[in-house]
Amino acid sequence: MQNVVSIKKLSKTYDNDFQALKNITLDIKKNEIIALLGPNGAGKTTMISIICGIVIPTSGSVTVDNFDIIKDYRLTRSLIGLVPQELSLEQFEYVFNNVSYTRGLYGKAPNPSLIEKILKDLSLWDKRHSRINELSGGMKRRVLIAKALSHEPSVLFLDEPSAGVDVELRQEMWQVIKDLRNSGVTIILTTHYIEEAEAIADRVAVINKGELLVVDNTSDLVKSMGQKTLLIELHEAIRTLPSKLERYNLTVLNNGLSISYNYDSSSKQTGITSLLQDMKETGLKLKDLNTEQSSLENIFVELVREN
Amino acid sequence: MNFYAIRAIYFHEMDRMRRTIGQSILSPVISTSLYFIVFGSVIGGMIPELDGVSYGSFIVPGLLMLTLLTQSISNSAFGIFFPKFTGSIYEVLAAPVSSFEIIVGFVGASATKSLIVGIIILLTASFFVELKIQYPLLMLFLLVLTCLTFSLFGFLIGLLSNNFEQLQVVPLIIITPLVFLGGSLYTIEMLPEFWQKVSYFNPVVYLINGMRWSFYGASDINIFISVVSLVGFLIACIVGVAIVISKGYGTKT
Repeated sequence: MQNVVSIKKLSKTYDNDFQALKNITLDIKKNEIIALLGPNGAGKTTMISIICGIVIPTSGSVTVDNFDIIKDYRLTRSLIGLVPQELSLEQFEYVFNNVSYTRGLYGKAPNPSLIEKILKDLSLWDKRHSRINELSGGMKRRVLIAKALSHEPSVLFLDEPSAGVDVELRQEMWQVIKDLRNSGVTIILTTHYIEEAEAIADRVAVINKGELLVVDNTSDLVKSMGQKTLLIELHEAIRTLPSKLERYNLTVLNNGLSISYNYDSSSKQTGITSLLQDMKETGLKLKDLNTEQSSLENIFVELVREN
Repeated sequence: MNFYAIRAIYFHEMDRMRRTIGQSILSPVISTSLYFIVFGSVIGGMIPELDGVSYGSFIVPGLLMLTLLTQSISNSAFGIFFPKFTGSIYEVLAAPVSSFEIIVGFVGASATKSLIVGIIILLTASFFVELKIQYPLLMLFLLVLTCLTFSLFGFLIGLLSNNFEQLQVVPLIIITPLVFLGGSLYTIEMLPEFWQKVSYFNPVVYLINGMRWSFYGASDINIFISVVSLVGFLIACIVGVAIVISKGYGTKT
């Protein structure tokens, strides 16, 4: 698939010597949803701010649709829409005017019918004549999305789109993001919510301390880096594990009524067959079996801890 | 050239004036009118003519300059500082807009607002004092040039300010005293010789006298020197703003 954003050896050191990005290289494919995951201060916002022209990079290069973000800034910026993390809006302006203003900034002729469609899609049409300070936090977040969409961008950056948004609205926002992708927009979102990345992202990039730790398809990442757990329920409780089972690093749970076994599902030999064989030989009777896949959250926590 | 962006910024800023019409228009007009009433009509009646015109008429160019300078600086400084303060500057920085287009939009709107205030003040003055403009085209030229120059200066202040206090320092602590001590209410000839010499180091003296010359054909300073001073300051402001904005000082990190 064609790359729409290409980041090469991007670094950023602020005036106070804080190195926010360290030699990041990342390609973002056309029409995908990629989630940038990382703890606070990981460098996610710095990265998207550089691509959008708000922060000046220290070294490295970024192209958007093969145009350089510095040399061809007019072309690249006209392709990009940005929804910032903060609710940075002029509080006394009216919703419709404010969204139209952003369209003008991007060099587009006024198009009231398009603004109407965007506001309707984001359930803001009823609020078009309201001042921004009269809106709830969730509505303000949607105004920011409307502004970012007002010039019909092909690449949309969403910096923590679900921050401070209730569960119902978050689900609605995910649907909006999916619909945008279906309409041909490439979405890059930063998030703290692993659940959000799992729910909507095609790929995940984990960033910590300015370094890119891993980039992979969400499902592949979970499959390759995630461990699976086999939960074995026993007919009778055991006090201690038989010595024959010690090599499996089993954990006794539920007052001896359950045993858990962690294994790598991508490995050729998971050890499940021999475990079950050994259990049979030691006379343990099985009541039920269950498997659990470790979540993206476990993987994320593990990666960040290792880093 | 991104004309739509210039237009968007310009009308966005003009819309701010519409929303705050009391502060943007009424307040400077009322305060200047009070000067006309007190100094022009009441006290002015007891003061003899200066440079062949009544005292009330004499102070019109100075008071006009006082308003133009303070309004141009505060309009423009606030116009760029407010989006910095709220964080909404991000969309200007992330838009396909050049530094020049940003300056034209913000400074153009600020200069327009000051021009509107200046014209209203002139009309208001005509109700209180006898107003004659000997060189109306020159007066208009100086009016526009002053609005533009000091809007640029205000833009520079707004870019470099990190808080509201810094935003107020230059207009209140520097500009207002310079205007009052720059011959807005008197001629420099009325001062003792030492203070006359000191006054020539006050750049506002040249602006006020230039404006006064366009009204009455008489002033303490040669009109050519006044115009050159104003143009020189305009160039200095253009260079200053160009450097600050191209380096991203105050806006980009």
